[in-house]
Amino acid sequence: MLKSKSRLRLIVVQAMVVSLFVTLFARLWYIQVVSGDGYQAAAQDNAVRDVELPAPRGLIVDAQGRPLVANRTSWVVTVDRDVLERLGATTQTAVLRRLAEQLGLPRAEVERRTRTCGEEGAPKPPRCWNGSPYEPVPVAEDVSQVLAATILEQTEDYPGVAAEARQVRAYPSPFGINAAHILGYNSPITQDELEAAEGHGEPVSPSSVVGRAGVESSYNRYLSGASGVREVAVDSMGRVIDEAAQTMPKPGQTLVTSIDAKVQALAERELDRSIRVARETFDDVTGRNYEADSGSVVVMDATNGRLVAMASYPQYDPNVWVGGISDGDLERLYSERAGTPLLSRAMQGLFAPGSTFKPVTAASALSNDYKVTDTLDCSSSLTVGSRVFKNYESAAYGPLTFAQALQLSCDTFFYRIAYAEWQRSGGDSGDTSIKDVLVEGAKAFGFGSKTGIDLPGEVAGRIADRRWKLSYWKANQDYYCKLGKEDGMDFLHIFAREFCIDGWRYRAGDAVNFAIGQGDTVLTPLQLAVAYGALSNGGTLWEPRVGKAIVNAQGRLVRRIAPEVAGRLPVTPGILRYLDQALLGTAKVGTMAWKMGGFPLDKVPIRSKTGTAEVFGKQTTSWVASYDLQYVVVMQISQGGTGSGTSGESVRKIWEALYGIDGEKVRVADALQPGAQPPRGLPTFHRNGSISPPPFDEASPSGGGDASTGPGDASPRSLDEKAR
Amino acid sequence: MAMTATVATSRTARRVHATEDRSTWRRIDWVVTLSTLALLVVGSLLVWSATAENEALTGGDSSAYLNKHLVNIAIGLTLAVVIAATDHRWVRIWAPAVYLCGIVGLALVLSPVGAVINGSRSWILVGGMSIQPAEFAKLGAVAGMALLLAERAEARRARSALRSWEVVAALGIAAIPAALIMAQPDLGTMLVLSVTVLGLLSVAGAPKVWLVGLVGGAVAVAALAIQFGVLKGYQLLRFQAFLDPSLDPRGAGYNTTQARIAIGNGGIFGQGLFDGSQTQAGFVPEQHTDFVFTVAGEELGLVGAGAIIALFLALLWRAVQIAARSDDMFGRLAGAGVVCWFGFQAFQNMGMCLGIMPVTGVPLPLVSYGGTSMFASLMAIGLLLNIHLRSERSLGLGIILRDRAARSRRF
Repeated sequence: MLKSKSRLRLIVVQAMVVSLFVTLFARLWYIQVVSGDGYQAAAQDNAVRDVELPAPRGLIVDAQGRPLVANRTSWVVTVDRDVLERLGATTQTAVLRRLAEQLGLPRAEVERRTRTCGEEGAPKPPRCWNGSPYEPVPVAEDVSQVLAATILEQTEDYPGVAAEARQVRAYPSPFGINAAHILGYNSPITQDELEAAEGHGEPVSPSSVVGRAGVESSYNRYLSGASGVREVAVDSMGRVIDEAAQTMPKPGQTLVTSIDAKVQALAERELDRSIRVARETFDDVTGRNYEADSGSVVVMDATNGRLVAMASYPQYDPNVWVGGISDGDLERLYSERAGTPLLSRAMQGLFAPGSTFKPVTAASALSNDYKVTDTLDCSSSLTVGSRVFKNYESAAYGPLTFAQALQLSCDTFFYRIAYAEWQRSGGDSGDTSIKDVLVEGAKAFGFGSKTGIDLPGEVAGRIADRRWKLSYWKANQDYYCKLGKEDGMDFLHIFAREFCIDGWRYRAGDAVNFAIGQGDTVLTPLQLAVAYGALSNGGTLWEPRVGKAIVNAQGRLVRRIAPEVAGRLPVTPGILRYLDQALLGTAKVGTMAWKMGGFPLDKVPIRSKTGTAEVFGKQTTSWVASYDLQYVVVMQISQGGTGSGTSGESVRKIWEALYGIDGEKVRVADALQPGAQPPRGLPTFHRNGSISPPPFDEASPSGGGDASTGPGDASPRSLDEKAR
Repeated sequence: MAMTATVATSRTARRVHATEDRSTWRRIDWVVTLSTLALLVVGSLLVWSATAENEALTGGDSSAYLNKHLVNIAIGLTLAVVIAATDHRWVRIWAPAVYLCGIVGLALVLSPVGAVINGSRSWILVGGMSIQPAEFAKLGAVAGMALLLAERAEARRARSALRSWEVVAALGIAAIPAALIMAQPDLGTMLVLSVTVLGLLSVAGAPKVWLVGLVGGAVAVAALAIQFGVLKGYQLLRFQAFLDPSLDPRGAGYNTTQARIAIGNGGIFGQGLFDGSQTQAGFVPEQHTDFVFTVAGEELGLVGAGAIIALFLALLWRAVQIAARSDDMFGRLAGAGVVCWFGFQAFQNMGMCLGIMPVTGVPLPLVSYGGTSMFASLMAIGLLLNIHLRSERSLGLGIILRDRAARSRRF
């Protein structure tokens, strides 16, 4: 009985075995025959991997062809987490420990660096890895070649770890220039950018870098080139077992800028020196030395808006961005205590222009209700409404012409004009559609709107007109009305109460302050340079340009970056000539005269205007704006003291160097730029990689003279021939 | 050849040697023998192909693993022949010894001698060799339970049904190695052991209530284990990835996905031995041990992998017949145990390669690389041949059965 039972059950077992194995065979048939195509495609995908061949980024050279930004080889250690995770916990730990020892880092730090952005414990962007977690993650950059060789040779000790040579930015820094604010920096592409760029069919990859500021950003599409791809057959550990197709990378193109390294270096040095001097100068008003927290210098070609130099203080070392910036460095760049070095004061700093604004007021006045023959009283003070507005140091000069008023920088002269214009245009009526003559004139000079420079991040500044006052009041009335209800008779509380009631009014005080570049009107040093450039060139407002041309890797011209006209001043040539002559006098008999003794003004006639702008709660901003027919030089130092006193000497030094002035002699041969003018042609790029400066045509007119030069570029013969 | 020489060592065989030499040769079960040898040959080729290009494993000698595998087979075959030729009484005497060896081995694994590989403490490292006692324990449990139940059945003169305490005692024999295996933990072996025990009890005639109760109990225990997090994280992940490999394509689902891609890449006729792109690039982990079937799938295609399934089916079909024909309860139960063990382990192994079973690390018997598994499997084959020889002989010499039955009653 038991036997037959067990025999029966054996049959059941047998049936089960058969059914299980039939199932296996059915499944095998299903995978291999029914859905075989799909698995064969997956197998193909598995074994072939694309290896990116990064393109070297294009050079950035100055007007003479001196490299400002080049490339160098940097050894990068990467970790492939995908491979590492498959090794099991013990091996993984051992590999990371070994690697950390080699790198001289704690193991936890190496592990942290393998995390992608957004993961717990990952470093902050842009330090963290932005790419896919299945791509090798860089954990150490700029390691020694010896270390790289160790990792490459002992692959069995370092599974999933690789060392590769990458091209990173190098800064040859000719003549010691920094120019970080012009050049900008790069950082790895973000996931969003990558998706967007891929959507447009642009040649990007997760390891691409993108220009983030300066010309690196604005000319990124020329500089970046296109990376190549090598298709390789790989095994399960990602080791290459066979090579397939290959697309060569397309190197980035070269950007020729109009910057001259020599002038840039000088501008940076002089800015630095003046700031150091100012910090040792005592300020009578505040009773302490000048802070001189920041400053800038702009040197521009007045004939076409091309920038020759643009310095900003404080600077930063662009190398901090190379191979990924550290958290500490990044914090410092944005830190207010360190003076926010990332900010380019020349185009991102907003300052009241002070007296350098007076030529603008003068141009508007002369274009509307005044004649060049008019004189106005330069009294020691002027009462406007209930307030007394004083002249600088309460000086009184009696009746002055516009020219004299500009040279001596008389405030009350311009107060009178502003007060009269304000009354004429309807006083403090709330009508924001009223066109105030002086405000409209300032707008025509380009203030309150961006200059259109080919660098990202420029700010527009603002003109404190009726419309602005109303919007400012609307935005802040709640705060001030609340403040006004508190007890207190100090300035702030009194101001708050007044502001709460009718802070929107464009008062006479606002109008007179505006006329001398004080109050709430702020602008960038670059905007001032463009405006003075228009005074120099007969009324054309040029969009400032840093880029001059794009040249491909073979040295052929790809694209010429033409100067562009942003607008024309609505000022007659006669008035412009009058203002031009008036500003010539500043250096001879005006506020700059004490700094220009012995300068050969007859050979290099410098027109200039100084400015000492008062800033609420801070020390005065020092300004000097100057030009001749070739260049505009603007210098500004925040909390730096008086215009001529702090910046005058440096501005003179820059002019001297631009023309090769030695004492009273002008030696054009010693000028920083050959012929004392920006080169019209482009550098020649030779097949062997060397670069020679643009040809200098002795016959071309020297910028120092009064010979008028047209805008636009003369044809640079050398390069045109090459291009053909 | 070697067979006759060894048979000569047995006293019983020596008695029949002179007169029945040719018939002994004929009494060998050729279906079992040939399908076993065929699986060994195919397995050797697959192990060779899977490891030849893997320098990290072989250290540059492309036939290093083939050679080790052949040595394992040689040792295993010797063990099989010895067992096949041994008098079955001796087999019954040695069964408790095999069982004890398995338990001692499992205990050693948990001692400091044991080594952790792939998250399980399943190995003893002895002089550069790694031994997996769980493989012997399966054989030991089969032999041990078969012995106990056979003794009891013979004691009851094979008349009445199995009693409950006998079932409990049999379960107790299985429980010791099972507990030690769970402690490692080795879920795959545990699963195979459970199915084997169930099959063995069933063939032994255990009441249906017991069988249903055991299955229900196992399901409940498994549910509780998951509920209370007794299972390790990776074990749970493997099961989840089995249900949905896309859950974690680079982690737990990686093996499953890669295994299926490799097999799918084989098509009907395969890529050819040593020519499978996935196999040679090593995309499937453990492809010479647990995932050796993927090598067959890719390189030999439906034809080759199907042949392996067919060989197993032939082997097991024949094994069931051997068990059924055995009048001796020990032989029948041991045979049934081996069938359940091989059948389920082969299904589990190939099933996980094909993605119809969760990934648990059990080798494919007779095919996968690995000495312990090879020895245990071939010893089991030897046991089957022994049972077959015994029943063949008993057909001719019925008196021996009665004689042995009479003697065993005296125990």
